[in-house]
Formats: sequence, structure tokens, C-alpha cells
Amino acid sequence: MHSGHISIWFFIGVLLSVYGALIAAYGVFELITGQHANVVLWNLHAPAWWGALMLLLGLFYSIKFRPGRND
Amino acid sequence: MSGLAPNIFAASVSSASHALALAAPSLAHLGALDIAVIAIYFVMVIWIGFYLKGQANTSEEFFMAGREMTAWIAGLSFVSANLGSLELMGWAGSAYQYGILAAHWYWVGAIPAMLFLGMVMMPFYYVCKTHSVPGYLKLRYGQGASFVAAVSFAFMTVLMSGVNMFAMAVVMKVVLGWNLSFSIIVSSLAVAAYVALGGLRSAIFNEVLQFMLIWGGALLVPILGLVESGGWNGFKAKLAHNIATGLTPAGDYTHMWRSMGHFADNPMGIHWTGIVFGLGFAISFGYWTTDFLVVQRVLAANNLRSARMAPVIGSFFKMAVPFIVILPGLLGLVVLQNPDGSLMHLVPQNLATPESGLHSYNEVLPLMLVRYCSPGLLGLGITALIAGFMSGMAGNVSAFSAVWTYDIYQPMINKTAKDEHYVAVGRWATIWGVIISIGTAYLVMSMAGIMDYVQALFSFFISPLLGVVLVGMLWPRATKSGGFWGLLLGTLTSIGLWAWVKADPAALRYVALSPDARDMAENMYRALWSVIVSMGVNIIVSLFTKPKTLAELDGVVMGATKLPVEEPVPFYKNEWFWTVIAGVVFLALNIYFW
Repeated sequence: MHSGHISIWFFIGVLLSVYGALIAAYGVFELITGQHANVVLWNLHAPAWWGALMLLLGLFYSIKFRPGRND
Repeated sequence: MSGLAPNIFAASVSSASHALALAAPSLAHLGALDIAVIAIYFVMVIWIGFYLKGQANTSEEFFMAGREMTAWIAGLSFVSANLGSLELMGWAGSAYQYGILAAHWYWVGAIPAMLFLGMVMMPFYYVCKTHSVPGYLKLRYGQGASFVAAVSFAFMTVLMSGVNMFAMAVVMKVVLGWNLSFSIIVSSLAVAAYVALGGLRSAIFNEVLQFMLIWGGALLVPILGLVESGGWNGFKAKLAHNIATGLTPAGDYTHMWRSMGHFADNPMGIHWTGIVFGLGFAISFGYWTTDFLVVQRVLAANNLRSARMAPVIGSFFKMAVPFIVILPGLLGLVVLQNPDGSLMHLVPQNLATPESGLHSYNEVLPLMLVRYCSPGLLGLGITALIAGFMSGMAGNVSAFSAVWTYDIYQPMINKTAKDEHYVAVGRWATIWGVIISIGTAYLVMSMAGIMDYVQALFSFFISPLLGVVLVGMLWPRATKSGGFWGLLLGTLTSIGLWAWVKADPAALRYVALSPDARDMAENMYRALWSVIVSMGVNIIVSLFTKPKTLAELDGVVMGATKLPVEEPVPFYKNEWFWTVIAGVVFLALNIYFW
């Protein structure tokens, strides 16, 4: 899937990174301000850790499958 | 992909279109962050389409993605092509209604067939270098059976694409309050752009993307649902309490096989023979091994080992899908609450009118999303649903484009054109496929109940095709006439049985073997009869007609084909090793939830 082309995993990495960053940033905002959305189990701060997980996974894929890297 | 979509959901979406008063309140309200998440997805798919345009210049690249997909990508795409939102929402609703029985469609209704495709059938599909399943039929049986299969498949794919499009519009209307035409136009423009630009490669890329999005957007729901319920044991205790106090209708919601002894013992009205032979063989093998829409993804693999590994890899993910589809539906039984704190009761679609204020079974997944997902996460969940619909549409349109070009246009209209010409025909077929799909979507919208008929229509062709492909692939003696008559009479049997029950509902006792059987059971037994007729006719006619020589069958039939010797690999990279592991996990899941 490389052969000089951009891998699908890179696109997925970029998308997960962007989504993870946005969602984690919102989660951190909730943590700092104490304001929270009207959802059940808000006290678990799912956006913060779920967003962070997505961001880490996204960065891993973006770096491992970045264009020009052949593996 | 919608071949396995629950008919219940198809019918409800159809009736919902008319029940949708414009004033109906939407389930969710999106914030700026959610809108941004959705918009980023659209930007990404268009970017991928434009990026891949430069890699879709030859017909091999446009229709077969250059045959360079790794086993993982082909495998994920293979599963993802069947993971549309119609399935996600429909089966989550079925799980709320019928319990864990709904998981049969993900386990016995998929895994044995996927493993069989990889280990037994794939070598022949792959070695003969066919571009499509009708193309395989042409090599095996000649033009007649191939043309019948190609025309019916091309017709059904654009119809199903339209149905998919309409279903998405209805869901977006119910969940978000979006205008039906807005959803149809935006999604079809995006699909037309990325498939016409990048061909099958683009469709596969988006399917893999969609797969990741679905897990990213939906996995949080069962996790938080289990936390709220106190784990699986806590959920079962709460459910037992609700049943004991009459809050939830009585039934065995957490076991898959115990209530299958008689049609009347389970809410689906199904007997275990229907599940094992009808669903597990006739429907499942028909869909997973002969429906070109899914097989096309595996044909794009970069070598035979990858082509065989792809369905095996897919089987693991398929086994995991109930955790994001069936589990949220089940958890909905104990956690969903009305604003006053009482237990929420979801109802059939016809009772979920805007005036009643009640929600339907099919809304259980969006309701669970809204319950747990804060801004951003909600947008991600909605994006996963949109992506599911769009890749469903893209799958249909890319398969239509290949079958139209290779199995109808090339043999019937223009046999000797240059390669670039066929790529251009494929691009235009994609665009026309989307336009016809839009027409179908509006047709479905204007005619109540048509969606149910379209679903039935789809089922007419799949099972008889299985009979013809399977016999042809495993039995060198099968002849051209046997294949043609088997396909034709198998299809007519399916249509005939369906029409018989429509005209006289009492006929169900004969078709599905019991007066207590319900719609689902009818579908399974009808498919089973159809395969039996298709195989039987094929075998009988073949015995009386002249077969091809073994030399003529090289590459298409077991026993007449010398398969390429695969390089030895460590056991952990061997497809048979992973097939055994998948089989063990499949058995373990069925035993655990027995």
C-alpha cells in the first residue's frame, strides 16, 4: 500500500489525530472550567481520555505511515 | 451490503418516511464542535478522492484497485462493506426487541461463510483473475448464466444504493432534524465525487476509514453503558429485576440457543434449523461468498495469501461487531430513562408517532449516543453513521460500475475498445449509478412499503446464485445448461414462495415448516429452498448434458485447477492457523452465550 503513494493508514492517522485533539481539548476545557455537558456519567470525563486515546493512536499512525517512509 | 439488513428496519424506515411530520422533534442537537467533526469527515473523503484520482488510470486500477491491497485493508474493507448504518441501527433495535438472538446474524450468519470463502472458494476466484462474480460465472458456465447474474446484480445494486441513501436521509431527519433532500444531495455528491475519481481504491479507503470511525464513535457507548449497569452481571441482574417486576416484557434476552427448540419459544419465531441451515448456510454463504459487492474487496488483494487471509481477518472484526451494535441495544433495556426518571419503553415504528412522544426500537443506538456523548463525541458518533451510509452507497456504486462495464457493456455493446475507454465507461457508470440511486431514493420516499419489496427482491438472487457458484466450483461435472437452469429455477422458486406467502399468509406453515414461524423464519427457509432447488436442478440437468473437459476448467474448478504453491511462512502468518483460531473463538462465543 506504500509503493511511493500515501498509505490509507496515514489518512486514518491524520483524521484520528484531528478528532482526538478536538475532543480531548473539549474534555480538558470541561475539566478546567467545571462546566459539563448534560450527559450521563459526565463525571468520568470521557471526552478527555477518549480524545487523548484517539490522539495518541492517530499520531502513531500518522508518524509510522507518513508519506515517503517505506516500510 | 443491505442484503442482510433487517427487513423489520427496512419496513419501518419506509413507514417512518410518511410518519415524519415536519414538526417532529429531533433526538440530538449538534453544537459547533459536532458540526466541525462532520465537516472534517467530508473534507477528508473528497481529499482522498482527488488524491487517488492519479492512481485510477487503467481499468485494473479503477475497477480492482490495482490488485495491491494488503490482507488487512482488504479484510477491513470486506467487513466494512456490510457495516452500514442500516445494519447498525436496525440490529441494535432488534437486540432491544429480541435480545442477543440478533447476534446470530453476526456470528453463525457470517463467520462460517467468511472462513469458507477464504479457505475453499477464494483460490478459484483469485486464480482465474476474474473482475467480478458474473465474470466467474462466464468462465465457468458461459455467457447465459453470467448475463442473468450481471443484469440482476446491476439492477439491485443501484436500487439498494437508493434505498441506503433514503434510509440515511430518514435517520438524519429523525436524529438531527435535517431536511431529507439536503442529506440525499450532499451524501450523493460526495460519493459520486470520490468513487468516480478514485474508483474501487477510493471506495476501499473510505470503507477502512469508516470502520475506524465506527469503532471510535460507537465503542464508548457500550463501555459507558456497562459502567452504568454495573458490568455484564449487573446488567443481567437489572434485567431480571425489570422482567420480574413487569417493567420489561418477559423473555430470554441473554441466551442465543436455549429458546430455539420451537418456533413459539422465542420472539423471533425461529427454529434452530432455520438459523443453522437457512441463515448459517443459504443466506450467509449466499451473501458472503457470492455477492460481488463484498467479494470485489477481496479480489483486490495483492496476492493469493492476502486474498485468503482477508476474510479470516474480517471474521475476527465481524465477531467483535456485536459489542458495538447488539450490546448497546441490550443495555438500552435497562439504562434508557424518560426525563422523569422512569424506564423508557421503546415501541414499534408505527406507534412512535410525533404525537405519542415515544421512540422506536430503531432509535436505540442514537438514544444511547445522546445519553453518553458530549459535544465532539456526539459529532463523531453521527459521523460514523453518515460514513456507514456513504460507504454502503459507494460499495454499491463501485460494484455496479465494474459489473456494468465488464459483464454487460464489454461483452454486449463494445468488445474491442481500448483500456482508457472502459475506465471512462466505469467513471460514467459511477455517476449514472448515483443519479439512478437518487431517483430510487425519491421513488422509495413517494411509495410507502416499497423498501420492503426492494429488500425481498435482493434476496431472490443471492441464494440461487450460491447454488450455482458452489456446485460449479466444487464439481467439474456441472455444465453450462445446468448452471443456467439452476440459477433461473432457483430464482423463480424464491420469487414463487415469496408471492405464495404474500397471497396466502397461511402458506407460511409450508414454506417455513410451522404456523408459528414469523417473517425472519420465512426469509431463511425461502433462501434454503431456493438453494436446494438451484443445486438440485444444476446437478440433474448437468448429468444429462455434456460437460467441459478438465483442461477447459483449469483455474475455475476444484480438482481441475493447479493452485500456485505458496511460500512457506511461520505458523502465525499462516491462514489455516488463523482460521482455526477464528473457529475456536466463534465456538467459544456461542457456548458462552448458549
